[in-house]
Amino acid sequence: MGFSFQEVRNMGFSFQIEKTLGEFKLSLKAESQGNRLGILGASGCGKSLTLKLLAGIETPDAGHIRIGENLLFDSGQKRNVKPQNRRIGYLFQNYALFPHMTVAENIGAGLQGKSAGTLKTRWSGKKIQRQRRVQEMMEKFQLTGLADRLPGELSGGQQQRAALARMMACGPEVILLDEPFSALDVFLKDQMQRELEELLADFPGLVILVSHSRDEIYRFSEELLVMEQGHEVIFGRTKEIFANPRYREAARLTGCKNIADARRIDAHRLEVPDWGICFCLEREIPDGVTGIGYRAHDFVPVWGGRRNHCLSVQVRRMAEMPFEYHYYLQPVCQSGQQTVPRQSLCWFVQKEKHIQIEERGLPDYLELKEECMMLF
Amino acid sequence: MEELKIILENLDWSPLLISLKTGFAATVISFFLGIYGAYRAMKTSPLKKSILDGLLTLPLALPPTVAGFFLLLVFSKRRPAGSFLYHTLGIQVVQSQAGCVIAALVIAFPLMYRTARAAFEQVDINLIYAARTLGMSEARIFWKIAVPCAGPGIASGTMLTFARALGEYGATSMLAGNIPGKTATISQKIAMVMQDGDFRTAGIWALIVILIAFLILVLMNLAAGKKNRMVKRW
Repeated sequence: MGFSFQEVRNMGFSFQIEKTLGEFKLSLKAESQGNRLGILGASGCGKSLTLKLLAGIETPDAGHIRIGENLLFDSGQKRNVKPQNRRIGYLFQNYALFPHMTVAENIGAGLQGKSAGTLKTRWSGKKIQRQRRVQEMMEKFQLTGLADRLPGELSGGQQQRAALARMMACGPEVILLDEPFSALDVFLKDQMQRELEELLADFPGLVILVSHSRDEIYRFSEELLVMEQGHEVIFGRTKEIFANPRYREAARLTGCKNIADARRIDAHRLEVPDWGICFCLEREIPDGVTGIGYRAHDFVPVWGGRRNHCLSVQVRRMAEMPFEYHYYLQPVCQSGQQTVPRQSLCWFVQKEKHIQIEERGLPDYLELKEECMMLF
Repeated sequence: MEELKIILENLDWSPLLISLKTGFAATVISFFLGIYGAYRAMKTSPLKKSILDGLLTLPLALPPTVAGFFLLLVFSKRRPAGSFLYHTLGIQVVQSQAGCVIAALVIAFPLMYRTARAAFEQVDINLIYAARTLGMSEARIFWKIAVPCAGPGIASGTMLTFARALGEYGATSMLAGNIPGKTATISQKIAMVMQDGDFRTAGIWALIVILIAFLILVLMNLAAGKKNRMVKRW
């Protein structure tokens, strides 16, 4: 097994962009030394627009964009580098392959008329060089034999490879990926994710991935920007945000299924009316906490005596999934009477753990671990 | 049969030639101007776009005689522009073949412009964006991406333009007049012989026009259908 020791040179980036499109207003600011950024948000929150602004396809109303050493846009200095000169590769959601060109022509499309030189060398040397580059890309992306096919004749995975090959042929310094896997079916998705992972492992530049899938974000990004309606919710290290989202919207987008309003009573007590419980916490509860989140996988089933942080629930519905069971639960108040059903709780149990429940019956209580509670 | 043969032998074929020449010239000019206009329209802001659009499409909405009136107003030798063209550059537009072409051009151009613009609007904007991020120059993007992708639409627009230019009557008769052998197109010829009640000659010319028009429409469908052989039948 070989390791590639390609130096990952952290380019860093910093941008601050304002853009108004009709009713929609985008206002974002981010700065980092990292080079694997994920942008997570619901559809229509401005993720793709952000990428377009970075690539120079759309122009911000105000602000600046700097990637590495290059200042690409600055409204103060009236600087706006053309997308052609930004050296940014953009993988479109629908791949945007040129439908009338063959795979080889697609890959070579961006290689023409780029280098200077005398007319003679440009005509003779350039063409051979270009063919060699196309050939190299075709091999790298397992497209050999498909050179003369049109994009419409390719499968989804091959289309994505062709688009990646076309993008990489130009030698970009930055790669923007716009929902790269959303057009693929599940089986292909997994395969392409692995292929892309390999490709990115060797890529020294900045990669920005936009997605609404928390799995993809968690897998591909070191830093994460969570967006809602054109604004930043939170920006930080991906794993830290998943562990402690700090904002309700961030918790929801990172896949937290159980979110409820909470009321801080004092430094250690937190009341959650929807769950019919009042928690006594070890840690200090900061001022201004208004909600609590708890991931569906983190509940601990308890049989017998009630412990601290135990919810008493009734099962409303159960769904069997390929590898786990999903329980939808109704919290019951501590006084015994049922609360008004505002929202049900989700509890996901993996199949190997479910055996316990099959043997002992449904648990009497669900315990919440304090370290898993997310307050915001 | 014998009678028809004699008529065909004695027929003055000049209207066909004049019509075809006019049609070709007007189509070639409209082709480039129309595509250029459509290209400009795609790049401008919505407000400017609708104004440009209105101006360029106006001749299509006006009666050809109104267009003819304005053309005469511009090109008449007694008017400044026409006088300049005639006396300085030696170009006579009124009562000449140049007049035929200009009249046909003005009437047929909007068709070319409209269809080209509609065809460009159908092109997936992401293709243009992708081409830009790949470093392709705007000119290359236009010729290598936009035009080929809009190809079928542009081809059918060209055919329509040719058909319209070929049959133009109103503006042509006002600007170029109806001089046999010089500016008398097929449409004008038909109108002229009908005044003499010559149904037979008119009929022959009508058949020729129908044939040409039919041919053009078939070609147009083929051009448009080439790319999408997958078009579903109802």
